[in-house]
Amino acid sequence: MHVSHLSLHDFRSYDTLELGLEPGVTSLLGRNGQGKTNVVEAVDYLSRLSSHRVSGDQPLVRQGAERAVVRAAVTREGRSATLEVEINPGRSNRARVNRAALPRARDLVGLVRTVVFAPDDLALVKGDPSERRRFADDLQVLLTPRYAGTRADYDRVLKQRSSLLRTARTRGGSAAQGMLATLEVWDERLAALGAEIMVTRAAAVEQLVPLLGKAYEAVARGARRDDAVVTYRPSFEIADLTVVADVEQALLAEVARRRQDEIDRGVTLVGPHRDDLLCTLGELPVKGYASHGEGWSFALALRLASYELLRQPGDDPILVLDDVFAELDATRREQLAELVAGAEQVLVTAAVADDVPEALRGRRLTVADGQVTPDG
Amino acid sequence: MYEGVLQDLIDELARLPGVGPKGAQRIAFHLLAADPADVRRLAETMQEMKAKATFCQTCGNVSQAERCRICADPRRDPTSICVVEEPKDVVAIERTREFRGRYHVLGGAISPLAGIGPDQLRIRELMGRLADGEVTEVILAMDPNIEGDATAAYLSRLLRSMELSVTRLASGLPVGGDLEYADEVTLGRAFAGRRSTGD
Ligand SMILES: Nc1ncnc2c1ncn2[C@@H]1O[C@H](COP(=O)(O)OP(=O)(O)OP(=O)(O)O)[C@@H](O)[C@H]1O
Ligand SMILES: [Mg+2]
Ligand SMILES: [Zn+2]
Repeated sequence: MHVSHLSLHDFRSYDTLELGLEPGVTSLLGRNGQGKTNVVEAVDYLSRLSSHRVSGDQPLVRQGAERAVVRAAVTREGRSATLEVEINPGRSNRARVNRAALPRARDLVGLVRTVVFAPDDLALVKGDPSERRRFADDLQVLLTPRYAGTRADYDRVLKQRSSLLRTARTRGGSAAQGMLATLEVWDERLAALGAEIMVTRAAAVEQLVPLLGKAYEAVARGARRDDAVVTYRPSFEIADLTVVADVEQALLAEVARRRQDEIDRGVTLVGPHRDDLLCTLGELPVKGYASHGEGWSFALALRLASYELLRQPGDDPILVLDDVFAELDATRREQLAELVAGAEQVLVTAAVADDVPEALRGRRLTVADGQVTPDG
Repeated sequence: MYEGVLQDLIDELARLPGVGPKGAQRIAFHLLAADPADVRRLAETMQEMKAKATFCQTCGNVSQAERCRICADPRRDPTSICVVEEPKDVVAIERTREFRGRYHVLGGAISPLAGIGPDQLRIRELMGRLADGEVTEVILAMDPNIEGDATAAYLSRLLRSMELSVTRLASGLPVGGDLEYADEVTLGRAFAGRRSTGD
Protein backbone atom coordinates (compact mmCIF):
# COMPACT_ATOMS: atom_id res chain seq x y z
CA MET A 1 0.00 0.00 0.00
CA HIS A 2 1.04 3.60 -0.33
CA VAL A 3 -0.18 7.07 0.56
CA SER A 4 -0.76 9.17 -2.55
CA HIS A 5 -1.95 12.31 -0.78
CA LEU A 6 -1.66 13.54 2.77
CA SER A 7 -3.63 16.46 4.28
CA LEU A 8 -2.93 17.82 7.74
CA HIS A 9 -4.96 20.38 9.65
CA ASP A 10 -3.66 21.67 12.97
CA PHE A 11 -1.51 18.58 13.31
CA ARG A 12 1.69 19.28 15.30
CA SER A 13 3.45 22.29 13.75
CA TYR A 14 1.21 22.28 10.64
CA ASP A 15 -1.68 24.66 10.26
CA THR A 16 -2.49 23.12 6.89
CA LEU A 17 -0.45 20.86 4.70
CA GLU A 18 -1.45 19.35 1.36
CA LEU A 19 1.19 16.94 0.19
CA GLY A 20 1.20 14.67 -2.84
CA LEU A 21 3.22 11.49 -2.39
CA GLU A 22 4.29 8.72 -4.73
CA PRO A 23 5.16 5.06 -4.41
CA GLY A 24 8.85 4.31 -4.03
CA VAL A 25 11.30 6.27 -1.90
CA THR A 26 10.61 9.83 -0.75
CA SER A 27 13.09 11.69 1.44
CA LEU A 28 12.04 14.62 3.60
CA LEU A 29 15.08 16.77 4.20
CA GLY A 30 15.61 19.93 6.19
CA ARG A 31 17.15 21.43 9.27
CA ASN A 32 16.23 20.30 12.79
CA GLY A 33 12.80 21.15 14.08
CA GLN A 34 11.30 22.02 10.69
CA GLY A 35 8.54 19.41 10.79
CA LYS A 36 9.95 16.37 8.95
CA THR A 37 9.06 13.84 11.61
CA ASN A 38 5.66 15.49 12.07
CA VAL A 39 4.74 14.47 8.51
CA VAL A 40 5.65 10.82 8.86
CA GLU A 41 4.19 10.70 12.34
CA ALA A 42 0.82 11.61 10.83
CA VAL A 43 0.97 8.62 8.48
CA ASP A 44 1.97 6.35 11.35
CA TYR A 45 -0.87 7.72 13.49
CA LEU A 46 -3.42 6.64 10.90
CA SER A 47 -2.29 3.05 11.16
CA ARG A 48 -2.72 2.43 14.90
CA LEU A 49 -4.28 5.70 16.11
CA SER A 50 -1.26 6.26 18.28
CA SER A 51 2.07 7.88 17.66
CA HIS A 52 5.51 6.33 17.83
CA ARG A 53 6.68 9.40 19.71
CA VAL A 54 4.14 10.14 22.43
CA SER A 55 1.55 8.17 24.38
CA GLY A 56 -1.14 10.86 24.65
CA ASP A 57 -2.85 12.73 21.83
CA GLN A 58 -2.54 16.28 23.18
CA PRO A 59 0.93 17.01 21.73
CA LEU A 60 -0.35 16.03 18.27
CA VAL A 61 -2.74 18.97 18.15
CA ARG A 62 -1.19 22.26 17.08
CA GLN A 63 -0.64 24.58 20.01
CA GLY A 64 -3.76 26.70 20.47
CA ALA A 65 -6.00 24.56 18.23
CA GLU A 66 -8.83 22.39 19.52
CA ARG A 67 -8.52 19.38 17.26
CA ALA A 68 -6.29 18.01 14.54
CA VAL A 69 -7.29 16.28 11.32
CA VAL A 70 -5.17 13.81 9.38
CA ARG A 71 -6.48 12.70 6.01
CA ALA A 72 -4.77 10.36 3.56
CA ALA A 73 -5.58 8.92 0.18
CA VAL A 74 -4.34 5.36 0.45
CA THR A 75 -3.91 3.02 -2.49
CA ARG A 76 -3.83 -0.69 -1.98
CA GLU A 77 -3.52 -3.13 -4.84
CA GLY A 78 -4.75 -0.51 -7.29
CA ARG A 79 -7.78 0.49 -5.24
CA SER A 80 -7.87 3.77 -3.42
CA ALA A 81 -9.67 5.02 -0.33
CA THR A 82 -9.64 8.20 1.69
CA LEU A 83 -9.05 7.68 5.38
CA GLU A 84 -9.52 10.44 7.89
CA VAL A 85 -9.16 10.84 11.61
CA GLU A 86 -10.11 13.80 13.74
CA ILE A 87 -8.02 13.91 16.89
CA ASN A 88 -9.91 15.31 19.89
CA PRO A 89 -7.68 15.09 22.96
CA GLY A 90 -9.62 14.11 26.05
CA ARG A 91 -12.67 13.15 24.01
CA SER A 92 -13.26 10.39 21.51
CA ASN A 93 -11.64 10.66 18.12
CA ARG A 94 -13.68 10.41 14.95
CA ALA A 95 -12.76 8.45 11.88
CA ARG A 96 -14.09 8.40 8.33
CA VAL A 97 -13.49 6.16 5.37
CA ASN A 98 -14.43 7.69 2.01
CA ARG A 99 -16.28 10.38 3.98
CA ALA A 100 -18.52 7.87 5.76
CA ALA A 101 -18.20 8.02 9.55
CA LEU A 102 -17.13 4.79 11.26
CA PRO A 103 -19.07 3.71 14.36
CA ARG A 104 -15.89 4.05 16.38
CA ALA A 105 -12.52 5.56 15.53
CA ARG A 106 -10.92 2.29 16.54
CA ASP A 107 -12.41 0.64 13.45
CA LEU A 108 -9.87 2.55 11.36
CA VAL A 109 -6.95 0.69 12.93
CA GLY A 110 -5.08 -1.59 10.57
CA LEU A 111 -6.43 -0.23 7.28
CA VAL A 112 -3.03 1.41 6.91
CA ARG A 113 -0.03 -0.59 8.07
CA THR A 114 3.26 1.13 8.85
CA VAL A 115 6.61 0.01 10.18
CA VAL A 116 8.63 2.83 11.71
CA PHE A 117 12.38 2.85 12.28
CA ALA A 118 13.22 5.60 14.77
CA PRO A 119 16.41 6.91 16.36
CA ASP A 120 15.47 5.56 19.78
CA ASP A 121 14.92 2.02 18.49
CA LEU A 122 18.02 0.94 20.38
CA ALA A 123 15.79 1.12 23.45
CA LEU A 124 13.90 -1.85 21.99
CA VAL A 125 16.72 -4.10 23.02
CA LYS A 126 18.52 -2.07 25.67
CA GLY A 127 15.61 -0.30 27.35
CA ASP A 128 12.87 -1.25 29.81
CA PRO A 129 10.53 -4.21 29.26
CA SER A 130 7.76 -1.69 28.52
CA GLU A 131 9.52 -0.83 25.22
CA ARG A 132 9.41 -4.45 24.12
CA ARG A 133 5.81 -4.94 25.24
CA ARG A 134 4.86 -1.93 23.19
CA PHE A 135 6.71 -3.34 20.21
CA ALA A 136 4.81 -6.63 20.51
CA ASP A 137 1.45 -4.88 20.98
CA ASP A 138 1.96 -2.44 18.11
CA LEU A 139 2.80 -5.33 15.82
CA GLN A 140 -0.14 -7.39 17.02
CA VAL A 141 -2.61 -4.55 16.50
CA LEU A 142 -1.64 -4.39 12.84
CA LEU A 143 -1.77 -8.18 12.48
CA THR A 144 -5.23 -8.42 14.09
CA PRO A 145 -6.85 -5.00 14.59
CA ARG A 146 -9.37 -6.51 17.04
CA TYR A 147 -6.44 -6.79 19.45
CA ALA A 148 -6.57 -3.02 20.02
CA GLY A 149 -9.88 -3.54 21.83
CA THR A 150 -8.52 -6.33 24.01
CA ARG A 151 -5.55 -4.16 24.95
CA ALA A 152 -7.72 -1.16 25.80
CA ASP A 153 -10.04 -3.31 27.91
CA TYR A 154 -7.09 -4.85 29.74
CA ASP A 155 -5.63 -1.43 30.52
CA ARG A 156 -8.96 -0.32 31.91
CA VAL A 157 -9.27 -3.43 34.10
CA LEU A 158 -5.71 -2.93 35.29
CA LYS A 159 -6.41 0.70 36.26
CA GLN A 160 -9.61 -0.24 38.10
CA ARG A 161 -8.06 -3.19 39.89
CA SER A 162 -4.94 -1.29 40.93
CA SER A 163 -7.07 1.59 42.15
CA LEU A 164 -9.04 -0.88 44.27
CA LEU A 165 -5.87 -2.33 45.78
CA ARG A 166 -4.47 1.13 46.44
CA THR A 167 -7.55 2.43 48.25
CA ALA A 168 -7.93 -0.79 50.21
CA ARG A 169 -4.36 -0.38 51.42
CA THR A 170 -4.75 3.25 52.46
CA ARG A 171 -8.16 2.75 54.10
CA GLY A 172 -7.46 -0.51 55.95
CA GLY A 173 -9.87 -2.19 58.40
CA SER A 174 -13.48 -2.94 57.58
CA ALA A 175 -13.64 -0.34 54.80
CA ALA A 176 -10.88 -2.28 53.08
CA GLN A 177 -12.80 -5.53 53.55
CA GLY A 178 -15.84 -4.01 51.87
CA MET A 179 -13.79 -2.85 48.93
CA LEU A 180 -12.02 -6.15 48.56
CA ALA A 181 -15.36 -7.94 48.21
CA THR A 182 -15.18 -7.06 44.54
CA LEU A 183 -11.54 -8.00 44.04
CA GLU A 184 -12.31 -11.49 42.74
CA VAL A 185 -14.51 -9.98 40.06
CA TRP A 186 -11.56 -7.93 38.84
CA ASP A 187 -9.28 -10.99 39.12
CA GLU A 188 -11.52 -12.84 36.68
CA ARG A 189 -11.44 -9.99 34.19
CA LEU A 190 -7.70 -9.57 34.54
CA ALA A 191 -7.15 -13.29 33.93
CA ALA A 192 -9.52 -13.57 30.96
CA LEU A 193 -8.14 -10.57 29.07
CA GLY A 194 -4.59 -11.14 30.27
CA ALA A 195 -4.58 -14.71 28.98
CA GLU A 196 -5.76 -13.57 25.57
CA ILE A 197 -2.99 -10.98 25.42
CA MET A 198 -0.27 -13.39 26.54
CA VAL A 199 -1.27 -16.09 24.07
CA THR A 200 -1.58 -13.62 21.19
CA ARG A 201 1.73 -11.93 21.92
CA ALA A 202 3.54 -15.24 22.32
CA ALA A 203 2.18 -16.44 18.98
CA ALA A 204 3.31 -13.25 17.22
CA VAL A 205 6.78 -13.55 18.72
CA GLU A 206 6.92 -17.16 17.54
CA GLN A 207 6.15 -16.08 13.97
CA LEU A 208 8.80 -13.40 14.20
CA VAL A 209 11.69 -15.70 15.12
CA PRO A 210 12.57 -17.19 11.70
CA LEU A 211 12.23 -13.76 10.07
CA LEU A 212 14.38 -12.20 12.77
CA GLY A 213 17.21 -14.66 12.19
CA LYS A 214 17.25 -13.84 8.48
CA ALA A 215 17.01 -10.12 9.06
CA TYR A 216 19.82 -10.12 11.58
CA GLU A 217 22.00 -12.06 9.20
CA ALA A 218 21.30 -9.49 6.50
CA VAL A 219 21.95 -6.44 8.70
CA ALA A 220 25.02 -7.76 10.47
CA ARG A 221 26.78 -9.44 7.61
CA GLY A 222 28.50 -12.67 8.57
CA ALA A 223 26.41 -13.55 11.62
CA ARG A 224 24.96 -17.04 11.76
CA ARG A 225 21.34 -17.29 10.77
CA ASP A 226 20.09 -18.70 14.05
CA ASP A 227 22.08 -16.21 16.06
CA ALA A 228 19.34 -13.74 16.88
CA VAL A 229 16.34 -15.05 18.79
CA VAL A 230 13.46 -13.42 20.62
CA THR A 231 11.29 -15.27 23.16
CA TYR A 232 8.22 -14.25 25.07
CA ARG A 233 9.01 -14.10 28.76
CA PRO A 234 5.99 -14.14 31.11
CA SER A 235 6.43 -12.62 34.55
CA PHE A 236 5.81 -15.95 36.24
CA GLU A 237 6.52 -19.65 35.65
CA ILE A 238 4.16 -21.09 33.07
CA ALA A 239 4.81 -24.10 30.85
CA ASP A 240 2.61 -23.48 27.86
CA LEU A 241 1.36 -20.30 26.23
CA THR A 242 -0.82 -21.72 23.48
CA VAL A 243 -4.21 -22.42 25.10
CA VAL A 244 -6.08 -19.35 26.38
CA ALA A 245 -8.15 -21.29 28.93
CA ASP A 246 -5.02 -22.84 30.46
CA VAL A 247 -3.22 -19.52 30.69
CA GLU A 248 -6.32 -17.99 32.28
CA GLN A 249 -6.30 -20.69 34.99
CA ALA A 250 -2.58 -20.18 35.55
CA LEU A 251 -3.11 -16.42 35.91
CA LEU A 252 -5.91 -16.95 38.43
CA ALA A 253 -3.72 -19.30 40.46
CA GLU A 254 -0.85 -16.84 40.40
CA VAL A 255 -3.13 -13.97 41.41
CA ALA A 256 -4.35 -16.05 44.36
CA ARG A 257 -0.78 -16.88 45.33
CA ARG A 258 0.26 -13.23 45.31
CA ARG A 259 -2.92 -11.95 46.96
CA GLN A 260 -1.39 -10.75 50.24
CA ASP A 261 1.61 -9.26 48.49
CA GLU A 262 -0.64 -7.25 46.20
CA ILE A 263 -2.77 -5.97 49.06
CA ASP A 264 0.31 -5.01 51.08
CA ARG A 265 1.85 -3.12 48.18
CA GLY A 266 -1.32 -1.80 46.58
CA VAL A 267 -0.33 -2.75 43.03
CA THR A 268 -1.22 -5.42 40.49
CA LEU A 269 1.78 -7.73 40.39
CA VAL A 270 0.50 -10.40 38.00
CA GLY A 271 -0.39 -10.09 34.33
CA PRO A 272 0.94 -9.35 30.86
CA HIS A 273 1.73 -5.77 31.85
CA ARG A 274 4.76 -7.24 33.61
CA ASP A 275 5.91 -9.58 30.85
CA ASP A 276 8.97 -9.09 28.67
CA LEU A 277 10.53 -10.19 25.41
CA LEU A 278 13.93 -11.74 25.81
CA CYS A 279 16.35 -10.89 23.01
CA THR A 280 19.36 -13.16 22.72
CA LEU A 281 22.36 -13.36 20.42
CA GLY A 282 23.70 -16.88 20.50
CA GLU A 283 23.96 -17.80 24.16
CA LEU A 284 23.82 -14.31 25.61
CA PRO A 285 21.07 -11.80 26.21
CA VAL A 286 21.39 -8.60 24.19
CA LYS A 287 20.64 -6.38 27.16
CA GLY A 288 23.72 -6.09 29.30
CA TYR A 289 25.95 -8.10 26.95
CA ALA A 290 25.76 -7.05 23.30
CA SER A 291 27.97 -4.31 21.89
CA HIS A 292 26.47 -1.03 20.74
CA GLY A 293 26.68 -2.16 17.10
CA GLU A 294 25.17 -5.55 17.83
CA GLY A 295 22.37 -3.88 19.73
CA TRP A 296 21.61 -1.69 16.73
CA SER A 297 21.69 -4.66 14.37
CA PHE A 298 19.24 -6.47 16.61
CA ALA A 299 16.88 -3.52 16.84
CA LEU A 300 16.91 -3.04 13.05
CA ALA A 301 16.38 -6.77 12.60
CA LEU A 302 13.30 -6.64 14.86
CA ARG A 303 11.82 -3.87 12.70
CA LEU A 304 12.71 -5.63 9.45
CA ALA A 305 11.23 -8.88 10.72
CA SER A 306 7.97 -7.15 11.64
CA TYR A 307 7.94 -5.58 8.18
CA GLU A 308 8.23 -9.05 6.64
CA LEU A 309 5.54 -10.41 8.95
CA LEU A 310 3.13 -7.63 7.98
CA ARG A 311 3.70 -8.08 4.26
CA GLN A 312 0.87 -9.61 2.30
CA PRO A 313 1.00 -10.80 -1.28
CA GLY A 314 1.12 -7.69 -3.45
CA ASP A 315 0.76 -5.40 -0.46
CA ASP A 316 3.69 -4.06 1.54
CA PRO A 317 3.31 -2.00 4.70
CA ILE A 318 4.52 1.59 4.44
CA LEU A 319 8.08 1.91 5.70
CA VAL A 320 9.08 4.97 7.67
CA LEU A 321 12.77 5.61 8.36
CA ASP A 322 12.71 8.53 10.75
CA ASP A 323 16.16 10.00 11.18
CA VAL A 324 17.80 6.62 11.66
CA PHE A 325 20.78 6.99 9.36
CA ALA A 326 22.55 9.51 11.57
CA GLU A 327 22.61 6.83 14.28
CA LEU A 328 24.13 4.07 12.16
CA ASP A 329 27.65 3.39 10.97
CA ALA A 330 28.34 3.32 7.23
CA THR A 331 28.01 -0.45 6.81
CA ARG A 332 24.69 -0.77 8.59
CA ARG A 333 23.38 2.24 6.71
CA GLU A 334 24.13 0.65 3.35
CA GLN A 335 22.77 -2.71 4.46
CA LEU A 336 19.52 -1.27 5.69
CA ALA A 337 19.13 0.89 2.58
CA GLU A 338 19.59 -2.11 0.31
CA LEU A 339 17.10 -4.18 2.27
CA VAL A 340 14.29 -1.66 2.15
CA ALA A 341 14.89 0.05 -1.18
CA GLY A 342 12.46 -2.26 -3.00
CA ALA A 343 9.47 -1.67 -0.69
CA GLU A 344 6.29 -0.22 -2.17
CA GLN A 345 6.63 3.06 -0.28
CA VAL A 346 9.48 4.29 1.89
CA LEU A 347 9.37 7.63 3.69
CA VAL A 348 12.75 8.82 4.91
CA THR A 349 13.52 11.83 7.09
CA ALA A 350 17.01 13.23 7.62
CA ALA A 351 18.52 16.55 8.66
CA VAL A 352 21.68 15.93 6.66
CA ALA A 353 21.07 14.84 3.08
CA ASP A 354 24.42 13.08 2.88
CA ASP A 355 23.41 10.71 5.67
CA VAL A 356 20.86 9.10 3.35
CA PRO A 357 22.50 6.25 1.43
CA GLU A 358 22.70 6.27 -2.34
CA ALA A 359 20.26 3.35 -2.65
CA LEU A 360 17.54 5.52 -1.05
CA ARG A 361 18.01 8.66 -3.14
CA GLY A 362 14.45 8.65 -4.39
CA ARG A 363 12.32 11.75 -4.62
CA ARG A 364 13.52 14.58 -2.41
CA LEU A 365 11.38 17.08 -0.57
CA THR A 366 12.63 20.00 1.44
CA VAL A 367 10.92 20.82 4.73
CA ALA A 368 11.34 24.36 6.01
CA ASP A 369 9.11 26.79 7.89
CA GLY A 370 6.08 24.57 7.75
CA GLN A 371 6.35 24.18 3.97
CA VAL A 372 7.15 21.00 2.10
CA THR A 373 8.51 21.63 -1.38
CA PRO A 374 10.08 19.48 -4.10
CA ASP A 375 13.83 19.73 -4.09
CA GLY A 376 15.54 21.51 -6.99
CA MET B 1 -14.92 36.97 27.76
CA TYR B 2 -18.30 38.70 27.76
CA GLU B 3 -19.62 41.13 30.32
CA GLY B 4 -21.02 40.09 33.69
CA VAL B 5 -24.27 38.14 33.60
CA LEU B 6 -23.85 36.82 30.07
CA GLN B 7 -20.45 35.34 30.93
CA ASP B 8 -21.88 33.96 34.17
CA LEU B 9 -24.53 32.08 32.18
CA ILE B 10 -21.96 30.78 29.69
CA ASP B 11 -19.84 29.50 32.57
CA GLU B 12 -22.85 27.80 34.19
CA LEU B 13 -23.93 26.17 30.94
CA ALA B 14 -20.42 24.99 30.15
CA ARG B 15 -20.45 22.95 33.37
CA LEU B 16 -23.34 20.85 32.08
CA PRO B 17 -22.55 17.42 30.64
CA GLY B 18 -22.26 17.35 26.86
CA VAL B 19 -22.00 21.14 26.56
CA GLY B 20 -18.60 22.52 25.62
CA PRO B 21 -17.50 26.19 25.77
CA LYS B 22 -18.70 26.79 22.21
CA GLY B 23 -22.07 25.14 22.81
CA ALA B 24 -22.52 27.15 26.01
CA GLN B 25 -21.91 30.36 24.11
CA ARG B 26 -24.43 29.37 21.42
CA ILE B 27 -27.12 28.56 23.97
CA ALA B 28 -26.47 31.77 25.91
CA PHE B 29 -26.82 33.94 22.79
CA HIS B 30 -29.92 32.04 21.78
CA LEU B 31 -31.48 32.80 25.17
CA LEU B 32 -30.37 36.43 24.95
CA ALA B 33 -32.32 36.81 21.70
CA ALA B 34 -35.31 34.69 22.80
CA ASP B 35 -38.78 35.87 23.90
CA PRO B 36 -38.68 36.57 27.69
CA ALA B 37 -41.75 34.32 28.18
CA ASP B 38 -39.93 31.37 26.63
CA VAL B 39 -36.93 31.90 28.87
CA ARG B 40 -39.17 32.18 31.93
CA ARG B 41 -40.93 28.93 31.02
CA LEU B 42 -37.58 27.16 30.68
CA ALA B 43 -36.38 28.44 34.06
CA GLU B 44 -39.66 27.49 35.74
CA THR B 45 -39.66 24.00 34.23
CA MET B 46 -36.17 23.43 35.56
CA GLN B 47 -37.14 24.57 39.04
CA GLU B 48 -40.34 22.56 39.03
CA MET B 49 -38.49 19.44 37.96
CA LYS B 50 -36.00 19.93 40.75
CA ALA B 51 -38.76 20.45 43.30
CA LYS B 52 -41.04 17.59 42.26
CA ALA B 53 -38.89 14.86 40.77
CA THR B 54 -37.72 12.31 43.27
CA PHE B 55 -36.66 8.71 43.23
CA CYS B 56 -38.97 5.71 43.53
CA GLN B 57 -38.41 4.14 46.93
CA THR B 58 -38.82 0.68 45.47
CA CYS B 59 -36.80 0.65 42.29
CA GLY B 60 -34.75 3.86 42.40
CA ASN B 61 -36.08 5.16 39.11
CA VAL B 62 -36.97 8.83 38.65
CA SER B 63 -40.52 9.39 39.84
CA GLN B 64 -43.04 12.02 40.91
CA ALA B 65 -44.30 9.94 43.83
CA GLU B 66 -42.96 7.50 46.40
CA ARG B 67 -43.55 4.72 43.92
CA CYS B 68 -42.94 5.20 40.23
CA ARG B 69 -45.55 4.48 37.58
CA ILE B 70 -44.01 1.13 36.67
CA CYS B 71 -43.80 -0.13 40.24
CA ALA B 72 -47.38 1.03 40.85
CA ASP B 73 -48.75 -0.64 37.71
CA PRO B 74 -50.52 -3.89 38.72
CA ARG B 75 -50.26 -5.24 35.18
CA ARG B 76 -46.46 -5.47 35.39
CA ASP B 77 -45.12 -8.95 36.12
CA PRO B 78 -44.06 -8.99 39.80
CA THR B 79 -41.86 -12.08 39.39
CA SER B 80 -39.30 -10.49 37.06
CA ILE B 81 -36.78 -7.70 37.76
CA CYS B 82 -34.49 -6.07 35.26
CA VAL B 83 -31.43 -4.47 36.93
CA VAL B 84 -29.98 -1.40 35.20
CA GLU B 85 -27.35 1.23 35.96
CA GLU B 86 -29.25 4.47 35.32
CA PRO B 87 -32.82 5.75 34.89
CA LYS B 88 -32.09 6.39 31.21
CA ASP B 89 -31.60 2.66 30.75
CA VAL B 90 -35.18 2.11 31.91
CA VAL B 91 -36.39 4.48 29.22
CA ALA B 92 -34.35 2.67 26.59
CA ILE B 93 -35.66 -0.75 27.56
CA GLU B 94 -39.25 0.48 27.85
CA ARG B 95 -39.01 1.74 24.30
CA THR B 96 -38.39 -1.79 23.05
CA ARG B 97 -41.67 -2.99 24.68
CA GLU B 98 -40.00 -6.36 25.20
CA PHE B 99 -40.00 -6.39 28.97
CA ARG B 100 -43.14 -6.61 31.13
CA GLY B 101 -41.56 -6.96 34.56
CA ARG B 102 -40.24 -4.26 36.91
CA TYR B 103 -36.89 -2.54 37.23
CA HIS B 104 -34.17 -1.92 39.74
CA VAL B 105 -31.90 1.07 39.20
CA LEU B 106 -28.47 0.70 40.82
CA GLY B 107 -27.40 4.31 40.35
CA GLY B 108 -24.16 3.48 38.54
CA ALA B 109 -21.64 0.68 38.15
CA ILE B 110 -18.75 -0.59 40.21
CA SER B 111 -15.71 1.60 39.53
CA PRO B 112 -12.87 1.83 42.06
CA LEU B 113 -11.42 4.74 40.07
CA ALA B 114 -14.60 6.71 40.70
CA GLY B 115 -14.76 5.48 44.30
CA ILE B 116 -17.86 3.39 43.62
CA GLY B 117 -18.10 -0.01 45.27
CA PRO B 118 -21.12 -2.20 46.08
CA ASP B 119 -21.96 -0.01 49.09
CA GLN B 120 -22.38 3.05 46.90
CA LEU B 121 -24.92 1.26 44.69
CA ARG B 122 -28.48 0.27 45.53
CA ILE B 123 -27.53 -3.38 45.94
CA ARG B 124 -28.79 -3.80 49.50
CA GLU B 125 -32.18 -2.54 48.33
CA LEU B 126 -32.15 -5.10 45.54
CA MET B 127 -31.44 -7.93 47.98
CA GLY B 128 -34.33 -6.64 50.10
CA ARG B 129 -36.71 -6.91 47.15
CA LEU B 130 -35.59 -10.47 46.48
CA ALA B 131 -35.98 -11.63 50.07
CA ASP B 132 -39.63 -12.76 50.05
CA GLY B 133 -39.22 -15.13 47.10
CA GLU B 134 -41.86 -13.61 44.84
CA VAL B 135 -39.25 -12.62 42.26
CA THR B 136 -38.03 -15.65 40.29
CA GLU B 137 -36.17 -13.99 37.45
CA VAL B 138 -33.42 -11.34 37.47
CA ILE B 139 -32.13 -9.86 34.23
CA LEU B 140 -28.83 -8.00 34.48
CA ALA B 141 -28.79 -5.21 31.89
CA MET B 142 -25.55 -3.40 32.62
CA ASP B 143 -23.68 -1.43 29.95
CA PRO B 144 -21.39 -3.61 27.82
CA ASN B 145 -18.18 -2.11 29.15
CA ILE B 146 -15.60 -3.05 31.75
CA GLU B 147 -17.43 -1.52 34.69
CA GLY B 148 -20.79 -2.94 33.57
CA ASP B 149 -19.25 -6.39 33.20
CA ALA B 150 -17.71 -6.19 36.65
CA THR B 151 -21.00 -5.10 38.19
CA ALA B 152 -22.92 -7.91 36.48
CA ALA B 153 -20.29 -10.45 37.56
CA TYR B 154 -20.46 -9.23 41.14
CA LEU B 155 -24.25 -9.46 41.18
CA SER B 156 -24.33 -12.92 39.66
CA ARG B 157 -21.97 -14.12 42.36
CA LEU B 158 -24.21 -12.58 44.97
CA LEU B 159 -27.37 -14.13 43.52
CA ARG B 160 -25.81 -17.51 42.76
CA SER B 161 -27.02 -19.19 45.95
CA MET B 162 -30.62 -18.02 45.54
CA GLU B 163 -33.38 -19.88 43.72
CA LEU B 164 -33.46 -17.50 40.79
CA SER B 165 -33.02 -17.44 37.09
CA VAL B 166 -30.25 -14.88 36.50
CA THR B 167 -29.50 -13.77 32.95
CA ARG B 168 -27.26 -11.13 31.45
CA LEU B 169 -28.41 -8.80 28.74
CA ALA B 170 -25.99 -6.56 26.91
CA SER B 171 -27.55 -3.26 25.97
CA GLY B 172 -26.52 -0.05 24.32
CA LEU B 173 -23.20 0.13 22.55
CA PRO B 174 -21.98 -2.56 20.15
CA VAL B 175 -20.15 -5.36 21.90
CA GLY B 176 -17.14 -7.46 20.94
CA GLY B 177 -18.66 -9.47 18.12
CA ASP B 178 -19.95 -6.45 16.20
CA LEU B 179 -16.52 -4.97 15.87
CA GLU B 180 -15.32 -7.73 13.62
CA TYR B 181 -18.34 -7.30 11.43
CA ALA B 182 -17.89 -3.53 11.16
CA ASP B 183 -14.24 -4.04 10.39
CA GLU B 184 -14.93 -6.36 7.52
CA VAL B 185 -17.64 -4.24 6.01
CA THR B 186 -15.80 -0.95 6.24
CA LEU B 187 -12.60 -2.51 5.06
CA GLY B 188 -14.31 -4.15 2.12
CA ARG B 189 -16.21 -1.02 1.18
CA ALA B 190 -13.23 1.23 1.60
CA PHE B 191 -11.02 -0.54 -0.83
CA ALA B 192 -13.61 -1.82 -3.29
CA GLY B 193 -15.41 1.51 -3.55
CA ARG B 194 -13.18 3.55 -5.80
CA ARG B 195 -10.50 2.78 -8.29
CA SER B 196 -7.32 4.73 -8.26
CA THR B 197 -6.88 7.37 -10.88
CA GLY B 198 -3.16 7.37 -10.26
CA ASP B 199 -2.08 4.21 -12.08
N1 LIG C 1 1.53 20.47 19.09
C1 LIG C 1 2.43 21.28 18.48
N2 LIG C 1 2.08 22.55 18.18
C2 LIG C 1 2.97 23.38 17.58
N3 LIG C 1 4.22 23.02 17.26
C3 LIG C 1 4.61 21.79 17.54
C4 LIG C 1 3.74 20.84 18.15
N4 LIG C 1 4.40 19.69 18.33
C5 LIG C 1 5.62 19.89 17.83
N5 LIG C 1 5.76 21.14 17.36
C6 LIG C 1 6.96 21.73 16.76
O1 LIG C 1 7.37 20.95 15.68
C7 LIG C 1 8.79 20.99 15.62
C8 LIG C 1 9.35 19.60 15.55
O2 LIG C 1 9.01 19.05 14.35
P1 LIG C 1 9.68 17.67 13.93
O3 LIG C 1 9.83 16.78 15.10
O4 LIG C 1 8.93 17.18 12.77
O5 LIG C 1 11.12 18.17 13.51
P2 LIG C 1 12.13 17.49 12.51
O6 LIG C 1 12.11 18.25 11.25
O7 LIG C 1 11.85 16.04 12.43
O8 LIG C 1 13.47 17.78 13.28
P3 LIG C 1 14.74 16.84 13.59
O9 LIG C 1 15.61 16.93 12.38
O10 LIG C 1 15.37 17.50 14.76
O11 LIG C 1 14.25 15.46 13.86
C9 LIG C 1 9.29 21.66 16.85
O12 LIG C 1 9.73 22.95 16.52
C10 LIG C 1 8.09 21.71 17.75
O13 LIG C 1 8.09 22.85 18.55
MG1 LIG D 1 12.73 14.37 13.28
ZN1 LIG E 1 -40.26 2.10 40.91
